Amino acid sequence: MSTAAAATLDRAGSGFGVYNMKLGMWVFLLSEVMFFTGLIGAYIILRFANPDQFAQPGVVLNVPLTALNTFILICSSVTMVKAFAEIEQGNQKGLRMYLLATVILGMIFLGIQAVEYTVLTHEGFVPMSSSYDALGRDGTPPVEGGPLYGATFYTMTGFHGTHVTIGVLCMMFTTFQAFRGRYTAESHGGVEIMGLYWHFVDLVWIILFTIVYLI
Amino acid sequence: MNTPGEAAGATTTHRKQPNYYLIWVFLGVLTLAEIGVAFLSAIPKQVLIIILVALAVWKALLVAMYYMHLKFEPRKLWWIAAAPLPLAVILIIIVMMERW
Repeated sequence: MSTAAAATLDRAGSGFGVYNMKLGMWVFLLSEVMFFTGLIGAYIILRFANPDQFAQPGVVLNVPLTALNTFILICSSVTMVKAFAEIEQGNQKGLRMYLLATVILGMIFLGIQAVEYTVLTHEGFVPMSSSYDALGRDGTPPVEGGPLYGATFYTMTGFHGTHVTIGVLCMMFTTFQAFRGRYTAESHGGVEIMGLYWHFVDLVWIILFTIVYLI
Repeated sequence: MNTPGEAAGATTTHRKQPNYYLIWVFLGVLTLAEIGVAFLSAIPKQVLIIILVALAVWKALLVAMYYMHLKFEPRKLWWIAAAPLPLAVILIIIVMMERW
């Protein structure tokens, strides 16, 4: 099938008023909703069934640092949506600038998460340990706990971090394509689909930040 | 040469763009509010959880509606987007019933 014919078929579309690739990304994201719901559901049952294994907010986990990281991810969503807005207007320079900014912000998010993991590990907060004895923050004494806190924390934030890593790699490719002049005001489906994934990753983090760090 | 998806993405929409920076400010303020609320010891834990979840859902909706442009998509896509939410609620309820 020629590209033109395929494009015609794609435009003929899904019956949902959007082109097929966009619908496909939405369906994929919905499967991701269920994936993260499974993780969050498991966290809820484990936490309420074993409250002694979980510390109060801010005692083990570094909330201010993670709040900063949350804000960085929110900023990356703005740059991503601005990249899309720029290419809608046909502004190649704006597209490249905002995509590059999104890549950098995504990498900063991952860097801070790596620092967080390193510090927590040094403090004794590790997954799969039968117990931990974290140092605590703000001069609080060491926190005794069980393996569930670390296991659930690293599972949830780890899977999210993996999603961000994949997003950053795909964003690099999109940025590379943008620098090659691949996208135009008339043809920028790749930017839109990349944006949908990136915003979803941001959306998931907004929920995880509340559930894991603040409650 | 364009891929089919990109060609299909060619449909230039002339919708009015939302103020992305204003939404960004909202998201920042809501994040600060969350942190402030989370460490208010005067609020009972159950109430605290409800407030924090409500703020998180509010932020998530802002991202979905304006950054993912769901607000401007055809209604049919809304149904697709909403499809897993009842399933997610059922899953959470079943999981919680395991405990109580």
